[in-house]
Amino acid sequence: MQKKKQNSIYPSKKDLKFEFFDVTADTGFWAYGSTLEESFENAGLAMFEVMTDTNRITPQDKKYVNVESEDLVSLLYDWLEELLFLHDVEFIVFSKFKVEINKVNNGYSLKGIIIGEKIDKNRHEQRSEVKAVTFHLMEVKEENGYMVRAILDL
Amino acid sequence: MSMEEVLTKVRDCVWEVPTSYKKGMRVPGRIFLGDAAIKDLESGAVDQVANVACLPGIQKFSIGLPDIHFGYGFSIGGVGAFSARTGIISPGGVGFDINCGVRMLRTNLTEEDVRPKMKELIGTLFKNVPSGVGSKGKLRLQEGQINDVLNNGAEWAVENGYGWDNDLEYLEENGKMEDANSDKVSEKAKKRGIPQLGSLGSGNHFLEVQKVEEIFDDNVAKTFGIKPGEITVLIHSGSRGCGHQVCSDYLRTMDKAYKRHKVNIPDRQLACAPVDSDEARDYFQAMSAAANYAWANRQMILHWVRESFEQIFHKSAEDMEMNIVYDVAHNIAKKEVHEIKGRDTEVYVHRKGATRAFGPGRKEIPAAYRKVGQPVIIPGTMGTASYLLHGTQAAMEETFGSTAHGAGRKMSRAGAKREFKGEEVQKYLASKGIIIKATSMPIVAEEAPGAYKDVDDVVKTAHDAGISRLVAKMVPLGVAKG
Repeated sequence: MQKKKQNSIYPSKKDLKFEFFDVTADTGFWAYGSTLEESFENAGLAMFEVMTDTNRITPQDKKYVNVESEDLVSLLYDWLEELLFLHDVEFIVFSKFKVEINKVNNGYSLKGIIIGEKIDKNRHEQRSEVKAVTFHLMEVKEENGYMVRAILDL
Repeated sequence: MSMEEVLTKVRDCVWEVPTSYKKGMRVPGRIFLGDAAIKDLESGAVDQVANVACLPGIQKFSIGLPDIHFGYGFSIGGVGAFSARTGIISPGGVGFDINCGVRMLRTNLTEEDVRPKMKELIGTLFKNVPSGVGSKGKLRLQEGQINDVLNNGAEWAVENGYGWDNDLEYLEENGKMEDANSDKVSEKAKKRGIPQLGSLGSGNHFLEVQKVEEIFDDNVAKTFGIKPGEITVLIHSGSRGCGHQVCSDYLRTMDKAYKRHKVNIPDRQLACAPVDSDEARDYFQAMSAAANYAWANRQMILHWVRESFEQIFHKSAEDMEMNIVYDVAHNIAKKEVHEIKGRDTEVYVHRKGATRAFGPGRKEIPAAYRKVGQPVIIPGTMGTASYLLHGTQAAMEETFGSTAHGAGRKMSRAGAKREFKGEEVQKYLASKGIIIKATSMPIVAEEAPGAYKDVDDVVKTAHDAGISRLVAKMVPLGVAKG
C-alpha cells in the first residue's frame, strides 16, 4: 500500500460526498455524511463513480436492497456487495441511493432504494470494472457526522 | 526500516523471513527477490508472508515469489501449503478472481502475414470477444446449464462446440477440477455468472497477439512447439462475477467459521477453516466450480479467437495450426502431493498470484511435455514482453512447484491516470508497432506499461533462483483490452 501526502488513506476534505485514495493495485474511498445513512448512500455513489461518470446516469430503473448484518462494518460490506451484485445481473449503473438503517436484535438492518439506468456503452463512460468489495481497512466512524472507508478490488 | 536488515539472505535471490519476525510464526518465510528488488520490498507484503506462516498446518515455508506485492490476506505472489490432515483452507489465499489465468496458443503465421492486417484483426477480436464494464457474453445459458459449466469446466465448452477435443489435454487440470460441486455455489454467484460467461472482463484482462522474439532454450521450445518469429496469442481472463461472488460469499462464511473453530488468525482477511470442516470442504468445492467456470470462459474466448483469425486470414484454424501451448491458473488452491521431510504428503497448496511450475516427471503435466516440466506463462503489460518458462525440480523442492505470475503493479490506477494520458500511451505504443484497442482511454492510462514493475526483472529472478527456467520471449503486436 502506498501512502502519499496529497492522497492518503486518511480523509481530508469533509465537504465532499466522497474522495478516493490510492492503493497499489486497486482503489479506495472515504464516503461522508451528516448521518450514517447518508454516508452509506455516498459510499454507493463512490463505488459507481469508479465504474462510470455517475453524473451522466439518468435515474429511471428502480431496485430494492435488503440486508442484515452483525455489525456496521459488515453492513457496509454487505450493502456494497449487494449493489455490485445488482449491477452485475441487471446491467444497471446506479446514481441515486436512499437507505434506512435500523438496529435489530442481532445487529443492523438496511433497507435501500437504488435508482439507475441500463448501461449504454455509447453514453456511459467505461471506467474500471469492480471485481469485489474487500474487508481491508474497512471502517465506519462517527466523527463530525459519519465517515466510512472501503477498498475495492479492481 | 529496510527489509534487507530484517531478512536473512539464504543464497542469491532467496531471502528468509525468520520465525522471530513475528510471534506465532510456525515456519519461516521465503522470499525470492534479487538484491536490487529487495530494497523496494514493501514491509506490508513481508508482514503478510509472516501472517500466512502463522496459520495452522502450514508446511515448510510461507512463500513470496519474485512478483510479490501487498494483497488482501495473502500477498500477491504468495504461496502457502497446508497439511491435508491438520491444516486449513482460506479463500484469502486464492483471492477474488478465482482461476484468473492465462492461455497461450501458437500459430504457424509470421509477422509478415499478420502485420498488414493487424488493425483489422484486433478490431475483429475486440468485436468477437465481449469486454469492458457490464459486458455480456454472447451466449444465453439455459436454466440449469450453469451447473454443467461449473461442474465440467472446459469440457462443457468443448462438448458445446467451443474448440477441439485435444484442447483439453493442454490445460492445467484438463480444464476441470474434479472436486467441483455446483451445489456449493450460491444462487447469487450463478446469477452473476450466467450472463457473463464468454466475456473477457476489464482491468488487467486482455487478448494479445504476439510474436516469438527470442528463444532461450531450443530443446524445450521445440517440445512446446514454439518457433522464433511465429505468431502467438495470449488470453488473460478469470471467473468473472461468478468467482468474485464465490470468494465474497465464503469470506463471510469463513469469518464466522474461524471464530467457531477457534482458529487463531493474525488478519481477518485470512479467515479460514480446518480442512476437515464443512466450511472448508464447501469452499473448496465451490472454488473448484468457479475455477471450472474460468476454464470454460477461456475455452469460449479461444474459440472466438480462432474464428477471428479465420475471418481475417481466410484459412481454417487447423491450417493455421492454432493449438494451445498451455493454460495456467494464477489464483487457485489445489490438493497436491509434495515431498516433505522425505515423505509424500498431501497438502492444500494456495497460489495467489502465482503459477504452478511443476518440474519434469509429474503426472499432472501433459505427456508431450512431461520430460521437460510444465509450461509456465508469465504475461507482461500491454507494451512489454511476455515470457514462456518451464517448471523445475528446484520449484518442487522450494516453492511447492510454484513461480511468479506477472509484472505486478507499482503505481496505483489513479496514480497512473495522473501520470499518463491514454491517448499518449496509445501513440507511444503505436510508435513501437503495437496496436491497441480498448473500451476507453482511462483504461489505457491505468494499464500503461510504466504503471507496472518490469516483468523482465521478475522472470530473470525466477530463472536465476531456479524455480522456473526461461524458454521464450514474446513481444506484443496488438492488444484488445476490456
